[in-house]
Amino acid sequence: MTGWARRDSMAYGSYLPHIAIPKGRLIYMRRIYIKEEVCIGCHLCEVYCQLQHSQSRDLIKAFKRESPRPLSRLRMEEKRPVSFSVRCQHCDESPCVYACLTGALSRDPDSGVVNVDEERCIGCWTCILVCPFGAIRQESLQRKMVKCDLCQGEDMPVCVTNCPNEALVYAETDI
Amino acid sequence: MKTYLTSKFLVERDPERCIQCQVCVNQCTFDVHYYDTEDDEVRSREENCVGCHRCVAFCPTQALTFKKNPLDYRENYNWRPDVIEDILKQAETGGMLLTGMGNDKGYRIYWDHLVLNASQVTNPSIDPLREPMELTTYLGRKPDRVELDRESFNLKTELAPQVKLEVPVMFAAMSYGAVSLNVHESLARAATETGTLWNTGEGGLHSKLHQYGNNTIVQVASGRFGVHPEYLDVARVVEIKIGQGAKPGIGGHLPGEKVSAEVSMTRMIPQGTDALSPAPQHDIYSIEDLAQLVYALKEAINYTKPVAVKIAAVHNSAAIASGMVRAGADIIVLDGLRGATGAAPKVIRDNVGIPIEMALASVDSRLRQEGIRNQASIVISGGIRSSGDVAKAIALGADAVYIGTAALVALGCAVCQQCHTGKCAWGICTTDLALTKRVNPDIGARRLANLLRGWSLELKDILGGMGINALESLRGNRLHLRGVGLTDTELEILGVRMAGN
Repeated sequence: MTGWARRDSMAYGSYLPHIAIPKGRLIYMRRIYIKEEVCIGCHLCEVYCQLQHSQSRDLIKAFKRESPRPLSRLRMEEKRPVSFSVRCQHCDESPCVYACLTGALSRDPDSGVVNVDEERCIGCWTCILVCPFGAIRQESLQRKMVKCDLCQGEDMPVCVTNCPNEALVYAETDI
Repeated sequence: MKTYLTSKFLVERDPERCIQCQVCVNQCTFDVHYYDTEDDEVRSREENCVGCHRCVAFCPTQALTFKKNPLDYRENYNWRPDVIEDILKQAETGGMLLTGMGNDKGYRIYWDHLVLNASQVTNPSIDPLREPMELTTYLGRKPDRVELDRESFNLKTELAPQVKLEVPVMFAAMSYGAVSLNVHESLARAATETGTLWNTGEGGLHSKLHQYGNNTIVQVASGRFGVHPEYLDVARVVEIKIGQGAKPGIGGHLPGEKVSAEVSMTRMIPQGTDALSPAPQHDIYSIEDLAQLVYALKEAINYTKPVAVKIAAVHNSAAIASGMVRAGADIIVLDGLRGATGAAPKVIRDNVGIPIEMALASVDSRLRQEGIRNQASIVISGGIRSSGDVAKAIALGADAVYIGTAALVALGCAVCQQCHTGKCAWGICTTDLALTKRVNPDIGARRLANLLRGWSLELKDILGGMGINALESLRGNRLHLRGVGLTDTELEILGVRMAGN
């Protein structure tokens, strides 16, 4: 797998006219890769993901005062000795984007990032049904889906920056 | 049986800062922290705390700290708390007390009583930032005399195999099984990057690490684990291990549960069986026997690489070392009283052996007196903590040093002495696959290489201050040392003058 996705190489792309990326276009994209062999299951990626998606952006305030607590956009899969964090893969061919009933999900044609328009999300959870990675989580109070946004605006996603064992890598190509 | 042992540490969690993220819970391997779901609160069972710092280092809000339990016994110079606790442990278990790391008793550390010289007025010091400084060290047998061809001026003397080190600091023997493969890989990669050597210890060399063979010392110990032709072929130096500073005269015992599939392949023993290293090498009961093994190995490697012999520093080290050189050892390794281990009987670790400074000084002097110092390099280990210790060791007569504990500390070890439990929270001294991942070889190699780089910069500064531009000029130059607070006998053995003299 590379960070370049070629639209015309997709098997079923032609049936899905609403996808934003024009045929033949190359998307340059960085993704988060997991080095499972050095993931120590400390859950700090989760902690910092919650921090990043909090109101206050302050660890103590976010966890102790914000209600509901900010939801982590990623999820740890663990069965000793294996552990790794799962988050939105920003698939070249994103099933959630195709499945979304209201068009709340879209893939940015320039960055390749799959974005959510929270205003349009109706909490039907169709995206959760179709996501092959189980990477989408429910914000139950507001009845909205939440998922990894690659920490837009940051140089690097905070889970990668704060992984103490460098088990997460933000890279252009497969590692 | 109810234990009468009390908590060593008190864990303090600041409730204002704790966010119940449970990172401490999942990082502690000694079951100190736990999460109470009902109260949504993280709590501690402090009696289990060993003081390894893992939770403190990983707490994202710095909510945790621990301190020594102030609980005291009535003051008594003879019946100190550690003495009482050892007795309690034995009364409760009926066994030998096991422990890890090196001697933690207050024996005099001679490095702290030796000071180095510097140039002032009468000879200029050198600025290592402006002038080249050389730390290059060659290990191996040096010729008695050097002969040149009269016509071509080429060297006529045939030199014994030499090993070039860019830094006179090598990584000490720590076996695979005692430490994890990730630790081995970190050491191997750092040694390769820095131009020095690392030592496999007695547990063999994993085939994945054969690529670093040119920077590897392989050990042949009493258990002969993992010794096969390729093992000897890929190595740069072959080391015969007679003894270890932490447990002179004692063998090794790697419990069966640590002999995983990979360890079993590397050690060449069945999976799950105890790996027992006999106390002596059963084919070596004399210097003559040692010579047989040295030359058997030299034959096997076709005289292409040096053979080292490692002993624990004991009372007769000087005489034994002389015998070792005569038995054909190209490098002799002395491991002192403070040398560490993955597991040893506490009574042995704390009471057997002599300080490395004394052993080094007496061995170097003895070999000089006998006119055979050139025939072998001297490498010392056991308690080298800083580049200052390295410089002092070199001035006392060492060619190079090994660091074991210092290298592990670079990887995170907090010297909590729980190596023998196999539960190392830093993932260093364990074979539990969930824990060994805690040492990422990419990070480990970087940290170790950084340490050696830092030390070599400091060594160059020390040399420059003395007005010396090559480590060779400091080697065995005890005039660059002075003693502080030492008795006449101590000064005499160290061959060092008192400060002011």
